[in-house]
Amino acid sequence: MKLGKVIGTVTCCVTYSGLESVPMLWVQPLDKTGEPKGETLVAADPTRCAGPGETIYFEGGREAAMALDPWFVPVDHAIIGIVDHIHLPGGEL
Amino acid sequence: MITGRVIGEIQSTINHAFYDARKLMIVEHTDFEGQPSGDYLIAVDSVSAGVGSQVLVLDEGNGARQVLKSKDGPVRSVIVGIIDEIQTTA
Repeated sequence: MKLGKVIGTVTCCVTYSGLESVPMLWVQPLDKTGEPKGETLVAADPTRCAGPGETIYFEGGREAAMALDPWFVPVDHAIIGIVDHIHLPGGEL
Repeated sequence: MITGRVIGEIQSTINHAFYDARKLMIVEHTDFEGQPSGDYLIAVDSVSAGVGSQVLVLDEGNGARQVLKSKDGPVRSVIVGIIDEIQTTA
């Protein structure tokens, strides 16, 4: 899993069967210090709680789809949780 | 498996149900001399590792689910060992 920040929402009028009610969020991946790093991506949000501006962690690959119900859906990134705090030796993020 | 060092712990109230009561650590990837490569990942802790520990991380889904005794958990990375020492001939 990696850290990311939600920077927007993606609304689809037509989706693959099984993804009708799943929010899609636009995510900027972050490095270990919380700075933006890498290309932005669209992630499914099975928590249904994340929104723009929040720091989240997301899973990629086959495991991403397994966070959804039904799980046999074409998804390659999914938000697993919303970060409250990150405890780092140099302080909190 | 990869070697790494735990550099932080994530607290999260809202998460996938599989992650309830599981400890999530930020692990920076290190080479065999313990030097960070710049990459990192977030892994579930199964061995009570703490911040600063040099650890062994399994980064593969089926093995991770086996370690965490789950059939369908959305998990890929698990800390499976705390490293005491690495000996190399290099």
